[in-house]
Amino acid sequence: MKLTPILVGAFTLALAASASAQTLTIATVNNGDMIRMQGLSTAFTEETGIELNWVVLEENTLRQNVTTDIATNGGQYDVMTIGTYEAPIWAKQGWLAPLDGLSADAEYDVDDLLPAIRDGLSVDGKLYAAPFYGESSMVMYRKDLMEKAGLTMPDAPTWEFIGEAARAMTDRDNDINGICLRGKAGWGENMAFLTAMSNSFGARWFDETWTPQFNTPEWKNTLDTYLSLMADAGPSGASSNGFNENLTLFQQGKCGMWIDATVAASFVTGADSTVADQVGFALAPDNGLGKRGNWLWAWSLAIPNSSQNKEAAEQFIDWATNKEYLATVAAAEGWANVPPGTRTSLYENAEYQAAAPFAKMTLDSINAANPSEPTVQPVPYVGVQFVAIPEFAGIATNVGQLFSAALAQAQDATTRDMTRAGYIK
Amino acid sequence: MARNVSTGTKIGFTFAAWAIALLLFSPILWVLLTAFKTEAEAIANSPTFLPQNFTLENFSAVQDRSDYVKHATNSILVSVGSTLLGLAIGIPAAWAMAFAPTKRTKDVLMWMLSTKMMPAVGVLIPIYLIFRDLRLLDTVHGLTLIMTVINLPIIIWMLYTYFKEIPVDILEAARMDGAELYNEIVHVLVPMAVPGIASTLLLNVILAWNEAFWSITLTSGRAGTLTAFISSFSSPQGLFLAKLSAASLLAIAPILLMGWFSQKQLVRGLTFGAVK
Amino acid sequence: MATAQTRTLSRIMMAPAVIVLLIWMIVPLVMTLWFSFQNYSLINPMMTGFAGWANYIYVLGDPSFTQSLVNTLILVGGVLAITVIGGTFLALLLDQPIWGQGILRIIVISPFFVMPPVAALIWKNGFMHPGYGVLAHLFEFFGLEPVDWFNQYPLFSVVIIVAWQWLPFATLILLTALQSLSEEQREAAEMDGANAINRFYHIILPHMARSITIVILIQTIFLLGIFAEIRVTTGGGPGYASTNIAFLVFRTGILSNDIGAGSAGGVVAVVIANIVAFFLMRAVGKNLDA
Repeated sequence: MKLTPILVGAFTLALAASASAQTLTIATVNNGDMIRMQGLSTAFTEETGIELNWVVLEENTLRQNVTTDIATNGGQYDVMTIGTYEAPIWAKQGWLAPLDGLSADAEYDVDDLLPAIRDGLSVDGKLYAAPFYGESSMVMYRKDLMEKAGLTMPDAPTWEFIGEAARAMTDRDNDINGICLRGKAGWGENMAFLTAMSNSFGARWFDETWTPQFNTPEWKNTLDTYLSLMADAGPSGASSNGFNENLTLFQQGKCGMWIDATVAASFVTGADSTVADQVGFALAPDNGLGKRGNWLWAWSLAIPNSSQNKEAAEQFIDWATNKEYLATVAAAEGWANVPPGTRTSLYENAEYQAAAPFAKMTLDSINAANPSEPTVQPVPYVGVQFVAIPEFAGIATNVGQLFSAALAQAQDATTRDMTRAGYIK
Repeated sequence: MARNVSTGTKIGFTFAAWAIALLLFSPILWVLLTAFKTEAEAIANSPTFLPQNFTLENFSAVQDRSDYVKHATNSILVSVGSTLLGLAIGIPAAWAMAFAPTKRTKDVLMWMLSTKMMPAVGVLIPIYLIFRDLRLLDTVHGLTLIMTVINLPIIIWMLYTYFKEIPVDILEAARMDGAELYNEIVHVLVPMAVPGIASTLLLNVILAWNEAFWSITLTSGRAGTLTAFISSFSSPQGLFLAKLSAASLLAIAPILLMGWFSQKQLVRGLTFGAVK
Repeated sequence: MATAQTRTLSRIMMAPAVIVLLIWMIVPLVMTLWFSFQNYSLINPMMTGFAGWANYIYVLGDPSFTQSLVNTLILVGGVLAITVIGGTFLALLLDQPIWGQGILRIIVISPFFVMPPVAALIWKNGFMHPGYGVLAHLFEFFGLEPVDWFNQYPLFSVVIIVAWQWLPFATLILLTALQSLSEEQREAAEMDGANAINRFYHIILPHMARSITIVILIQTIFLLGIFAEIRVTTGGGPGYASTNIAFLVFRTGILSNDIGAGSAGGVVAVVIANIVAFFLMRAVGKNLDA
């Protein structure tokens, strides 16, 4: 490894410290790519002598634990897994240590990071969190069912087409739902999807004077479309379905279409999927207003300022997010399972393009998202599927509860009527 | 129990009792069976009862990701440690309240119980700040302290109701005999109190073992208990039912076995001396 | 026997417990009270200063506050009803001469050893899931539409899960009380020619009164703070349909990172718990003296 002077210093320090068996505490989410990282990390320990203490938690618990810790300066963690929402807010508050070592390291090559992702994790041009994997959202659909319905999915569908296709693909007798969408309450669950969707309908959270805009026709339109789509073509129990639940449904062949995170692509085409060879991809839908309903997110690794082991922590982040790591995963698990959405070089890699049929659509989706101009009308905030203010998580949690309840009610009412009319036996 | 009933009635009662008991047990049975299925089978459209492809891969997958032994050790240390500490503080207090009651004894007891009603989520930040300053975050002894205080009211209350059942005249007879206080405790009280103490101990080990809020919030890996262990399997991406079941089985097995073996002692204490 | 010496001794013996609990009660409670009058956002250090009653007004004015209060009472009441009535029947049944009583007891007590998050996860994913849950498969087997438990009957589902956890506890206490009913008492009643229902009301029930009181008391303490089960299964929803006070405090304090409002909610919850406790003690306290 070629190291810049700063890192050389850090590295020597780390080496000196590793004699006394330095230990890093790493908090991360129990997503597939992170579990893989945990599995591969023995190589890091062998290489550097730095022991790793993993805290792998379910997303909401993790978020609660790291937020409590960093806000109270608790110092329990050396590396935290955070998202595009937290990174700039926390960085501005001085809670995160800037990753200057990485930024200066030519081998690490920060310029290789996808610009949209990198911008989201930087404040005043300084990188505060290194992207582990990045995602946008897109349409995943079943080619066989689409054909059966006599339709062809365009590369860039409209909401109108999605609605038509979803209703045409729905086959309740065979347990096939035309479309699966998030309904589970939470700012990172249904609100991520609905906020992104509302952008393509021209809606916004706040106008320039920070007045909430939920009573506008654009939001009404978004919700009407969403609720009627889910009532006509969605799975039962949709209001408790988040990413994982929908993934399971899709893998089981119970969804005609699914609009969700681009990272799902490697799962729905992977070994656990019963429909792996029938999956096609398309951009998130639009309404001809110039914006698509896709979001932008990156699970990233950051160092809290309260950490006592910043040098070693940066060394670990380097290991987990550099180009070599991608190659390591590719060697162990195949190119399709490499953490996506962080580096330009990955998308220029011919082997990756060959192994990952979803590569182009993922990259296009990420590039199509613009956090500083998320929707059609001007907004005072940054963020595609969130509003980058500290209070957003709380507000959107409440709103998410209400939307989720609306979905449950719509579903309930429809089921009652359909049963009465004899469609459901 | 030598009541005379016809064999027919006995069969009827037996059948009903077993049916209800198995119904209550079915969720645990489900975990037990699912833990040995493959992920695909666990979620199959046509469900299976017994695992068709018996597999241990879920257990190895769980162990690969999370150190079961470390978490189980922490659970044992915290639950047993906090219970012993609680008994050390609680026994004298309950003894005093039972044998030298004053007008205020009842109020003190009720006050102690009411401290148990503080919602944990409401005091998270104060406790977190205190733990940070005392360097107790992510330590087994820190967690042990928390478990001790949250279960102490129950410990004292259980011991109190149990001690109260010990007839006072025995004590006074012992005193009239001129026995020393020490002898009084060792030879008269302890043998009578041991069953109550044993069941208090068991119940509190169970309560501390199952505590999920503080043990997840105040730890980060080193001192994590089995409830934290479970939290990392709760809803990951992809299929997870079988792995979750394997992890759940590992998490509840020790306490389940302990409970089964010590069931008699436990029951005796759960009655709070209601039974003479 | 309350000589000066024993009084001093008993004070010394009680001191550690009282001091520990005083610290436990006062330190966090005072800090919580203090925070409840402050503007204190975990993730926005710009928000500082004295808040007056603003946090309390915010919490009490929460659109879901009344509903949470009602939900809390339904949750506590529902679980108590199921466990006490169900526990009594189960105890009566297990008290009959049956084969395999020892093993039955072990089986019945098992749910009590399952930690709340695990119990919630089992019920959520294994039993009540509308797609692949055991109940859904059963319903389909009988040609019925599977029920989407957590959306259609959220609070009821939570009650079922919690009742499942506490039913063994109630059953065991009541069973032990039942078995202590002396054989003479039973036989005397049978000689009197009292029928089963009369025997139950006039002999068995009064005998079990104290144990039932204890079941109610202990369970109420735990049920007021039910939280893990809600968080894992319904997340308090849909809407606020399964939000109780503890979860409301969690949502305002932790999910929204608003420590000021969360602390105010915590204080409100303590007050509510103590009101409940007060009435409970008055209602059942007499039984405990017996």
